[in-house]
Amino acid sequence: MSFVQNFPFFSIIIAMFSGILSSVLSGKKARNLSLTAIGVTGILSAAVLLHGIKTGESYTYMMGHFPAPWGNEIRAGVLEGLTALLFEIVMFLAVVGGLKYTQADVEESKQNLFYIMIDLMLSSLLALVYTNDLFTAYVFVEINTIAGCGLIMIRQKGRSLSSAIRYMILSQLGSGLFLIGLSLLYDVTGHLLMSPAKEAVAAIEASGSYEVPMLVITAVVSVGLGIKSGLYPFHYWIPDTYGYATPTASAILSGLVSKGYIFLLIKIFYRVLGRENVVASHIVNVLFVFGVVGMIMGSLHAIAEKDTRRMIAYSSVAQIGYIYMGIGLGTQAGMVAAIFHIFTHSATKALLFISAVGLYEVSGNKKDYLSLRGAGYRNPLAGIGFGIGALSMVGFPMLAGFISKLLFATSALQSPHKMFITLIALAVSTVLNAIYFLRLVITLYRPAVSVEGHEISVKEKATKSSWNLRLAVLCFIVLNVILGMFSQPIVNAIGDGLMMFE
Amino acid sequence: MLEHMALNMEETVSVILFGIGFTILLLHQNLIKKIMGMNIMDTAVYLFLAAKGYISDRMVPIVVDGIQDVSAYINPVPSGLVLTGIVVSVSTTALMLALTIRLYERYGSLDLDQILLRVKEDERT
Amino acid sequence: MSRKKDNYDQSRWLKFKNWVDGDVDLLAKGMEARVPDGNTDGSGWTHGAQSLEAYEAAQEEELKKLPIFAKGFDPSVDHGLALFRKFYRFLSVLLCGSLILVLLWTVAYLPIFGNAGNPDNNEVSARYIERGLQETGAVNIVTGMILDYRAFDTFGESCVLFIASCCVLVLLRIDASSKDKQTEKRRKEAAYDRLYEPKNDIILQKCACILVPVILIFGIYIVLNGHLSPGGGFSGGAVLGSGLILYLNAFGFQKTERFFTETVYRRTTLCALTFYCLAKSYSFFTGANHLDSGIPLGTPGAILSSGLILPLNICVGLVVACTMYAFYTLFRKGGM
Repeated sequence: MSFVQNFPFFSIIIAMFSGILSSVLSGKKARNLSLTAIGVTGILSAAVLLHGIKTGESYTYMMGHFPAPWGNEIRAGVLEGLTALLFEIVMFLAVVGGLKYTQADVEESKQNLFYIMIDLMLSSLLALVYTNDLFTAYVFVEINTIAGCGLIMIRQKGRSLSSAIRYMILSQLGSGLFLIGLSLLYDVTGHLLMSPAKEAVAAIEASGSYEVPMLVITAVVSVGLGIKSGLYPFHYWIPDTYGYATPTASAILSGLVSKGYIFLLIKIFYRVLGRENVVASHIVNVLFVFGVVGMIMGSLHAIAEKDTRRMIAYSSVAQIGYIYMGIGLGTQAGMVAAIFHIFTHSATKALLFISAVGLYEVSGNKKDYLSLRGAGYRNPLAGIGFGIGALSMVGFPMLAGFISKLLFATSALQSPHKMFITLIALAVSTVLNAIYFLRLVITLYRPAVSVEGHEISVKEKATKSSWNLRLAVLCFIVLNVILGMFSQPIVNAIGDGLMMFE
Repeated sequence: MLEHMALNMEETVSVILFGIGFTILLLHQNLIKKIMGMNIMDTAVYLFLAAKGYISDRMVPIVVDGIQDVSAYINPVPSGLVLTGIVVSVSTTALMLALTIRLYERYGSLDLDQILLRVKEDERT
Repeated sequence: MSRKKDNYDQSRWLKFKNWVDGDVDLLAKGMEARVPDGNTDGSGWTHGAQSLEAYEAAQEEELKKLPIFAKGFDPSVDHGLALFRKFYRFLSVLLCGSLILVLLWTVAYLPIFGNAGNPDNNEVSARYIERGLQETGAVNIVTGMILDYRAFDTFGESCVLFIASCCVLVLLRIDASSKDKQTEKRRKEAAYDRLYEPKNDIILQKCACILVPVILIFGIYIVLNGHLSPGGGFSGGAVLGSGLILYLNAFGFQKTERFFTETVYRRTTLCALTFYCLAKSYSFFTGANHLDSGIPLGTPGAILSSGLILPLNICVGLVVACTMYAFYTLFRKGGM
């Protein structure tokens, strides 16, 4: 067994241990430890990815001295390594980009607690990506939820506390449903680890017993994880939460937290229930319908919003609708499109939040359209960053969003029943996305005027933001362009990874 | 079907409690009652799991007199799951209660609708 | 010939133009701001240390002003809201009923309770029972399972407790250095709590003199015997925490601070969690690489046996006890 195979385990332990150590460190040292931990785990995940590509298969790693059905294990392959690498890059850039605001928003004595949340959020995302056991997944889902709540409420001003309690209430509903689904699955199959559970499920489907429990288990687990990741009817916590948190937290919450749960859902579909069984049970059709409705309703809400941060948050609802539409198509190509859109959305949404902060700080910290007029001239780099992010969300060629929409459309052509609805929904939501995003981009580049009674306290000359914000925006732009122009190897890697996933 | 449910009395009761707890968490307006509903929901799942482990006429899984026969002890796995679940439930309850304390100190109400109204008023001023 | 529009203010073009430009509510600055009533600066705290009666009278007055004693809305006036309330109740009963019915329908098809041939009585539990004692060294099979076979879940669970206590610290800890107005008010309330806590309650103190040592010894017994009888770190830690809380309630913060301060709390949790993390990492690493871990299992039935399980139980017990005590002091008045 080569040393590289230890790396997934090392990344999870490094993240957790730095969280534990940060409890006695001061704010600055905790921040440096956090950034180091994210960087090191990024390098380790890249090594795992390369190892997976070279060997062409995924492997399991025993956590303890006992093999699969008796002891815990984690599993790593190409898809897990790629997802972990992307999550770490986005998290690193989000922490770097919002450094100055974290120092301003969080009290001095509680800064190290913020970085503990970041470390434990990283460890829970890595564990959700690599795990091969259902109960470990439940425990780390809870760590993810509590760390997310900590990130939301660390600011303690404005709406943070009330949005935190709404988030916790909806998350606990989802966790409760997930837990009872897990218990029913254990009752019917007798296994908690994913690979033995899959054999048991295959035997159950072949013998035809326990049909009703299997259907209810699929439904309950999907609805539980859907509530937690913000599927359409359960999206009420998203605008308040993403819009009023400190910028690092907004970027991490919108980009990464929901994606961990969606990845776990895809993993359960492939590795426990079996994709054919899930498609045959028509649960994917329900997810498809909710996804399509979410795409359209999220965009409609975003158009009606006047506060730009809430508008970006509502567009997150629409994008998660896209991902669920991809899962709902039920085909392998649909899953590849959904996973690629997970990558695109993480990178782009974080870019939008970080560059939006750069624009607000030169507009007198106001977030409405009239104050943002001309902000593109006052802070050029943030304006370009926001413009590229917006164009990517709309689907401009050469950027990441275009490839996602192309993948969705080609995968829709392969499923004849859902083809028309998918293509029409894609077209309508692209037009709606263009309405609100391009409106904001055009507003950024109009010259600022002062309306009677509404003073704008802006600086006339172009100003530069702090170095960390500029660095983060620049790196995000580069990431977006890489995902857009060099997408073919990534899509191939996702496809191969999905083959090894089962 | 009803006889089967009567045979599985423990699972039936736990599922009913789960539904009641879920609805309380979702639909009640008072925050303390929502937290109680969450606890009822979680405890119902632990009852379900504990019932899964039981096998008639067998003892607790602590080895006595060196007997290590499978037919002498109940299934130990669900008990371990319940232990983990209880700690998770305590942690989330503590967190939600702390949030309730802060919200009450700031907005003066335990009713979620009232709190949201006052948040909007605060923002207008 | 041009047409003059009389109602340009209501025309659609103006609305569209406002939407593109960004609506500005010019009336908003002129409207009176309403200060939310409720728990704002209570008038009782502004003077120096008052007598106990005055403090209590001020508290009574504050309590009467609180809006939780007021009705939420008036149904006779707000018909729309009353109708919504009725619809809401009907919907909630419907939702509850449908969820319970779906799950009951599932229960009707599940394996029978208490049957030995159930799917979950398979080779997994067979190995735990038959070879658990030899492989883990623990007489209590459940402890052997959660701290040896499935130790990663227990590690995650300790981290859940740790991160929840961090979140509660963020929300409720009052720091000496913070300058927030809300924290000022909470600091004053905490000072009053310290000043007026009951220190001379004879019954409580005499009972605590007898009970606290018994509770603490019982808690230590549960922790140490986790692998021999029902118990373990979590339950023992909860008992230890409750013993500490009883001591605090009987004797007050000053006496408890002689041996348990925030520094003690932080260092204990750090050492315990670090030891847990390192020990378990060593165990996972040696296990995955098929190396021998080299930890002796001892004779089953003795206290000093079962490899790493005893030290891990002690660590978990310490963490849980400190966390329970920390929750109590943070909920009461903002910290140790």
